[in-house]
Amino acid sequence: MSEIILETHGLTRRFGDLVAVDAVSLEVEAGQIFGLLGSNGAGKTTLIKMLTTLLPPSAGTATVAGFDIRRQPAQVRRAIGYVPQMLSADGNLTGYENLLIFAKLYDVPRRDRGSRIGDALALMGLEDAGGRLVREYSGGMIRRLEIAQSMLHRPRVLFLDEPTVGLDPIARNSVWDRLGQLGAEFETTVFLTTHVMEEADELCQQIAILHRGAVAITGSPAALKASLGQEGATLDDVFVRYAGTLKESGGSYRDVSRTRSTVRRVG
Amino acid sequence: MSRALAAPFAASADANPVHAIVDFLYKTYVIAEFEIRKLKHDPTELLTRAVQPALWLLIFGEVFTRLRAIPTGGVPYLDFMAPGILAQSVLFVAIFYGIAVIWERDLGTLHKLLVSPTPRGALVLGKAVSAGVRSLSQVAIVYTLAVLLGVHMNWSVMALAGVAVAVLVGAGCFATLSLIIAALVKTRERFMGIGQVLTMPLFFASNAIYPLAIMPPWLHAIARVNPLSYEVDALRALMIVGGSSGFGLPMDFAVLVGTTALLVLVASRVYPRVVT
Repeated sequence: MSEIILETHGLTRRFGDLVAVDAVSLEVEAGQIFGLLGSNGAGKTTLIKMLTTLLPPSAGTATVAGFDIRRQPAQVRRAIGYVPQMLSADGNLTGYENLLIFAKLYDVPRRDRGSRIGDALALMGLEDAGGRLVREYSGGMIRRLEIAQSMLHRPRVLFLDEPTVGLDPIARNSVWDRLGQLGAEFETTVFLTTHVMEEADELCQQIAILHRGAVAITGSPAALKASLGQEGATLDDVFVRYAGTLKESGGSYRDVSRTRSTVRRVG
Repeated sequence: MSRALAAPFAASADANPVHAIVDFLYKTYVIAEFEIRKLKHDPTELLTRAVQPALWLLIFGEVFTRLRAIPTGGVPYLDFMAPGILAQSVLFVAIFYGIAVIWERDLGTLHKLLVSPTPRGALVLGKAVSAGVRSLSQVAIVYTLAVLLGVHMNWSVMALAGVAVAVLVGAGCFATLSLIIAALVKTRERFMGIGQVLTMPLFFASNAIYPLAIMPPWLHAIARVNPLSYEVDALRALMIVGGSSGFGLPMDFAVLVGTTALLVLVASRVYPRVVT
């Protein structure tokens, strides 16, 4: 078994009486693509916010790239990249400027900046779009630009919150292709959340299903499908088994409205 | 500076304070630089900002000049109020900075900035600096209007530099206040409400359009602790011929810089709360 790059022990976050994340314990191996599955409101975003130091946990511990998220947040921040669920690239800047600001904020040495930005644009298939304002980009291009932004400083762990929400199938495939390359090219561990089973099946070596804030089950997609003991079981079947139902969604008004507005911006 | 106090300003546990300070200033510059680049891509906002000061000077100013009801210390009323209107338009530019931050939160941009190793204080001060730079456009607008209306402006280089500094610090002060409010109320609707409730009292409970001397004691007391009064006081001494400072320029700048520093310290503490 290879190195464990991310682990949580009893990680918990409460909002008043609501337990959004309930004693989550996870281990993620270096170099893998790890998928966190769950319906709206299952606690995926809250968990990612704690791991990326945006939100302090109510209880429990977690280490990312060897650093404690509570005691060493500055070191954690240097070691990770983050692509939030919303489309976060700045529409009033060009693609190049969006990359330049993060190259500067992450202290990419001046002499490397040009080549890093050029490589990032090339890797994400945006060579010709760098000089254009991002508000003229398509949804798939913005997502790829955001992944490029988050990879400039060569993070050891890359967090993506619902990376393909609202994208059409072609744009989605383009994002999946690029994500698959990151591990091979930079040994980056990818930690993503999704509620698209196909995405988890296609991309992830390991998945965890989150249900009402707690981990229902973890394992590889193949092992989870096999565990159901039925011929031709899909991840959908696994999800229904461990997370109640596909239809029931506990997401709050705010979750749904945020997802819809992301979809609107992408579309 | 104690360790706890320094926390929002240092990116890492860097033991070398010189590195930490250089890093802090550089990151502040980077944040401001990209705010200004955004403005360069779409400068229309600056022009629409000219409407409000024009209305105040043309309508309010022209009418009250005829009234001669307000003791202005020997200068024409329009001359007296021009610095007040500049301070007002700077206040309006700055106080709605919080809205932009809530907007960035909704877009996710802010999440990404907060996940980066940028010192929180630099995120805040960078915004404050960009509010200041943005407000310099108001100087050009108000000076143009004032000249057209025949206000006697002081064109000495020192005075102009002083006006620029007063505007930069004043804008930074109120932009930072605005960021604190945004971090506490978190939604655009609530912010709009508070923004309205705050700007008008700040403006009217100041010496912007009438002197402190004619205020009733309770209002006078409020105006004395209102940072806007000190900004107006400095501008009045520097902008117009025959203008004078009631508090003294050193006092004006000390209050503005001190208030801004205090607000930046508070803002960098509460800023991360915007995303929770």
